[in-house]
Amino acid sequence: MARKVTYYPGCSLEGTALDYAASIAGVAPLLDLELAELEDWNCCGASSAHSVNQYLALALPARNLVLAEKAGQDLVVPCALCFNRLKVAEKALKGDAGARLGVSFQGAIKVWDLLDYLTQDEFLETLAGKVVKPLKDLVAVGYYGCLAARPPAVTDKKDYENPQNLERLLTALGASPRDWSFKTNCCGAGLALARPDIIDTLVQRLYDQALAAGATCLVVSCQMCQANLDLSQERISRKFGRDYYLPVFYFTELIGLALGHPQARDWLKGHLVDPRPLLDQKGLW
Amino acid sequence: MTQNFPPEPSLSARLAAASLAVSRCFQCRKCSGGCPLTFAMDLLPDQVIRLAFLGQEEQVLGCRAIWVCSSCETCTTRCPNGIDIAGVIDWLKEEAGKQGKTASQPLVAAFHHYFLESIRKAGGRLPEARMLRRYGLFKLWRQPDLGELAGNLKLGLRLFKKGRLRLAGPEPLKNRAEIDEIFKQAEFKWQGK
Repeated sequence: MARKVTYYPGCSLEGTALDYAASIAGVAPLLDLELAELEDWNCCGASSAHSVNQYLALALPARNLVLAEKAGQDLVVPCALCFNRLKVAEKALKGDAGARLGVSFQGAIKVWDLLDYLTQDEFLETLAGKVVKPLKDLVAVGYYGCLAARPPAVTDKKDYENPQNLERLLTALGASPRDWSFKTNCCGAGLALARPDIIDTLVQRLYDQALAAGATCLVVSCQMCQANLDLSQERISRKFGRDYYLPVFYFTELIGLALGHPQARDWLKGHLVDPRPLLDQKGLW
Repeated sequence: MTQNFPPEPSLSARLAAASLAVSRCFQCRKCSGGCPLTFAMDLLPDQVIRLAFLGQEEQVLGCRAIWVCSSCETCTTRCPNGIDIAGVIDWLKEEAGKQGKTASQPLVAAFHHYFLESIRKAGGRLPEARMLRRYGLFKLWRQPDLGELAGNLKLGLRLFKKGRLRLAGPEPLKNRAEIDEIFKQAEFKWQGK
């Protein structure tokens, strides 16, 4: 029997991360998972709300939590930033914020980030059993970014400095994950529009460290990280006189590829750093 | 003749009242050690905390550091005294906005307002393409950079061709009145100029 959860896509999965959304929708049925989109959900306010208006920073995600609790199932969130803001609101509502905001939330549902949810033992077992095209020779680093992990008082994560889910997943899919020290370092996505110069420094550091670890690609679970690492690669290469080539995969895209999902290649067409040459070379296209 | 002024709660006391006590800091500088953004900061995170504790309001509200902080939460995670450093920085940003002191990084401060105003106008969800366009024009006006403009236009076109930039939507929520009410309760004031 299919497991059913409530799904909060977040704004970018309706826009710049349509490819992430498509890969999630494609992969869920392979795991016998039904994602029921939260009805009438709103933007969580992202980093802008908590930067300039603390009330908005709680009230916007709180509305979604109240809706989700009414829907009844646990809430699964693909975006690290949305996940973080929903968790902040959850903690606040379990305290005294409910009265202040005039909302009632009992805390009967759990808020998950998608990567954590899909890398629970039973899903990993199912996945490993369904691999038809092992991602052999795909040497990758898992890049978790910031906010799915930190701060642990908000996210309830245990391995927030050195998470291992992506590595476990990549191994189950037949790929070769490499260890590196920058898996939860910030890529600065929130500053991408206002201060792209800062992004260039932060992201170049990640490229260099990924290459130093021997990786040929990065695997992410956050669409802000994906956009930041994928969209700025050409600019950063030009700026620093380098020729970076590091495709940035969503973990769900790699699940689809390894499990032989018929649309998996279409999802990858949205990337600006074309992963085809790499996959071709590994015989995976 | 002497004149009595009502006591002004110091910055540190106002932070403590917001559950953001900075008095526990013993200056181990672990926050600054782990911060990935220090290269772009004028004050380091530990200095922001120290100056806030000392009530140096002008300095901490006017610094660049609070705006180039990317809210990655490394400092908050690692502080041995449990100080929510990223939370303090958020509080300082909001306070700087209230006092109109965003001149150190006006483009970053305005970005947050463009983001939130876009959500409000669209009735609950972020219209990415519209926000990018509006903020892009604002930034071009404040800081003309034809190279960046050309790069952004090219990037926008490529994203559009790849289907990653939707010009229409999102539709307003069914209950957009709830969003309007939240923005009203928040006393959100548009400061995107």
